Amino acid sequence: MPEQLDLGPHLDGNALAGPLREIFAVDVTAATSRCAACGQAGALAGLHVYASAPGMVARCPSCEEVVLRMVRTPDAAWLDLRGAVALRIPM
Amino acid sequence: MGIVTPGFRGRPRPSGPELPPGQYLTEDFPVLSAGPTPRVPMDRWEFVITTETSREHRWSWTDLMALPSDTPTVDIHCVTKWSKLGTTWQGVSLDTLMSDVDTAADYALVHSYGGYTTNLPLSDLLDGRAWVAYRFDGDDLHPEHGGPARLLVPHLYFWKSAKWVRGIQLRFDDEPGFWESAGYHDYGDPWREQRYQGD
Repeated sequence: MPEQLDLGPHLDGNALAGPLREIFAVDVTAATSRCAACGQAGALAGLHVYASAPGMVARCPSCEEVVLRMVRTPDAAWLDLRGAVALRIPM
Repeated sequence: MGIVTPGFRGRPRPSGPELPPGQYLTEDFPVLSAGPTPRVPMDRWEFVITTETSREHRWSWTDLMALPSDTPTVDIHCVTKWSKLGTTWQGVSLDTLMSDVDTAADYALVHSYGGYTTNLPLSDLLDGRAWVAYRFDGDDLHPEHGGPARLLVPHLYFWKSAKWVRGIQLRFDDEPGFWESAGYHDYGDPWREQRYQGD
């Protein structure tokens, strides 16, 4: 971290708990994602999901790049959304 | 063999002494895939080893076929818990492919057609423990199993044996691959049951 950086008022990650619980308690498959590779937007439910694999791999139906990956281990869930620009979640 | 054999989702059999912990025996060859099966025209197929100094060593399909090959018989162990014993392959040893490659790298990042990657120590690719395999059970390697050619590193979980292999990047640092960056173990030794990070 740069020595002169003023972090300003901020909270720790625990502040995310409430908002994230609200988000992930809903059916996220109705959310709209935009593919980071080609820009195509569409519902998560429209992604191509490859589940016969060590995890679930959801790909863009337009360019087949990976949008989302999810791995469930015995004690954790891993969610990789780097292939999505953002999720728009209807509330 | 019994009338009913356990399939990919079948009831696990108890592990025998020949199986790593937590594995069950399967007689078929389950297909696991994280994406579409890439189809690479043979006249455009190539395998490239790139060193840490960006020096590239390339083989066309014709080049690969001209190299001496091995016919290893090995046991394979998938992290989804199936194991298949005594599988027979034909391929070119990484020792052969690396023989003229000058490198001081410690790690390898394997790349596949279709974008898949997996990482492992370079030493695990050497000393007769890894091949670029292009035949399985006496036939050309089927695309669903990684043909025309896949990496074969049977002493590690089978996700390290990248299907549709197109190249290996030699590196000083250990860059996590596709599954290794999403919760799976960096090394993946089935005999130590290194399935997930922290195992």
